[in-house]
Amino acid sequence: MRTNSRQANDLGGIGGTVSIGTGEHVPLATFAGLDEAVADLVHDGDTVALEGFTHLIPYAAGHEIIRQGRTGLTLVRMTPDLIYDQLIGAGCAAKLVFSWGGNPGVGSLHRFRDAVQNGWPVPLELEEHSHAGMANRYVAGASGLPFAVLRGYTGTDLVAHTTNIKSVTCPFTGEVLTAVPALRPDVTVIHAQQADRQGNIRMWGITGVQKEAVLSARRSLVTVEEVVDEFEPKAGAVVLPNWVIDRIAVVPGGSHPSYADGYSIRDNDYYQRWDPISRDRDVFRAWLDEHIMRVGSE
Amino acid sequence: MTVADWTSDEMMTVAASRALRDGTVCFVGIGLPSTAANLARRTHAPKLVLVYESGTLGAKPDHLPLSIGDGILAETADSVVTVPEVFNYWLQPGRVDVGFLGAAQLDRFANINTTVVGGDYEHPKVRLPGAGGAPEIAASCREVIVVVRQSKRAFVDRVDFVTSVGYGRGPGDRERLGLRGAGPRMVITDLGVLEPDPETCELVLTRLHPGATAEQAREATGWPLVVRDDVATTEPPTDAELDVLRALQAGGRRQAIA
Repeated sequence: MRTNSRQANDLGGIGGTVSIGTGEHVPLATFAGLDEAVADLVHDGDTVALEGFTHLIPYAAGHEIIRQGRTGLTLVRMTPDLIYDQLIGAGCAAKLVFSWGGNPGVGSLHRFRDAVQNGWPVPLELEEHSHAGMANRYVAGASGLPFAVLRGYTGTDLVAHTTNIKSVTCPFTGEVLTAVPALRPDVTVIHAQQADRQGNIRMWGITGVQKEAVLSARRSLVTVEEVVDEFEPKAGAVVLPNWVIDRIAVVPGGSHPSYADGYSIRDNDYYQRWDPISRDRDVFRAWLDEHIMRVGSE
Repeated sequence: MTVADWTSDEMMTVAASRALRDGTVCFVGIGLPSTAANLARRTHAPKLVLVYESGTLGAKPDHLPLSIGDGILAETADSVVTVPEVFNYWLQPGRVDVGFLGAAQLDRFANINTTVVGGDYEHPKVRLPGAGGAPEIAASCREVIVVVRQSKRAFVDRVDFVTSVGYGRGPGDRERLGLRGAGPRMVITDLGVLEPDPETCELVLTRLHPGATAEQAREATGWPLVVRDDVATTEPPTDAELDVLRALQAGGRRQAIA
């Protein structure tokens, strides 16, 4: 296990965290095992965002949350994808905040559907948005603002069913626009390609909304493919400095069956095989037992 | 070429691809729209700019992506931007010419439902994936093209849930709502093409694919479908179009299996 003792020791934080006057905290990235990191950061009833837009989805961390038996979570994610289908089917979630809940290119998320239509294994409350709305909610959270403004949702039935969609009048032009509140997850979890030894994080390719999701969260956990001495120059990469990250767990392949550009390709076959597995409760239960519960931390 | 040489799905995809003019900037949904857009780029519209909501601007995939975030889209894109950026800087201000969407349910005013069918919102008969990028694509692109298989289940008098606005309840609704794009210009199905009537905004049948009849189209529509007197017939797919389409789909399947 690599640990980042310099920062933890120098700043005296408990678990890599230093409280400051605002009641917020300055996190300082420390390396930990995935099981330990999830145990420290993700608690029953938390609002948790696992982000990654098709690319870099933090599957291994999601599986660890299932393994640790977390319940009552409010799961936040633009595209719930299979990872939330698995968390929902395992009974971890009480609420889902999302904008598109399908199996990309394949069809439905059957555990999600079963929870919504039949309350199995536990009822699932929904808060439903559009992608533009969710993305802007993260931007507002990352920006320290209470809400975001956009042209969106107008004329749709989402407005009547999602209380978190309101209108706001521009003080300069009088134009009526849409307002959505900032997202402030208790913890955001992402997967990135690399960390350096100082605990800085780097990702590239499709980086989705991960930067905003980390910056809007109170705590953050990043799983990475590998640790490097220092980052080689790379065009278009997003770097998150170690002072906005709480924990880093080194989990090669931690985004499978999603992918990590430069390390793996998307396992499209897994997404197709998920369809029959997830259609049937017993088949799903058997899958969960065999592939998640009976294996150790990834 | 005889009718038996191609399927109605292939005809639909080819017709959709032809609706995209070269040089157009196109916001592409996954599935049928993505297939049609990639076909267009490889046939008559090599300068078509494909924008996917994963933030890939100007993607040039050599096979069909299974998802909107496949690696091939990022590797071949002119630029990869973040998701907030693709919606805020590129879609919202009206920089995209055509929004290319699918639908689970569509009504006579081209409103789209991809959220719930049957029952009520809290207790739906069928829970669908939801909105994704579609509400803002339908609102902000200069115009919208919808690709969807035509059936009585899908083509309903009024959608159970308005996920994305077409013409609302009729003329003037888009303006009242402040939606800046012109709305759906064309709905392309496996039977033909529907277009909004300029006066009423109601979708009317303007074109039939070869082999399809007006009666079939009426049968597959949940409102009394108006068939234009001068209803045209779509040119059948050319050998070149079919070759490219089948190669794209075979490539996509190979990728999925690999």
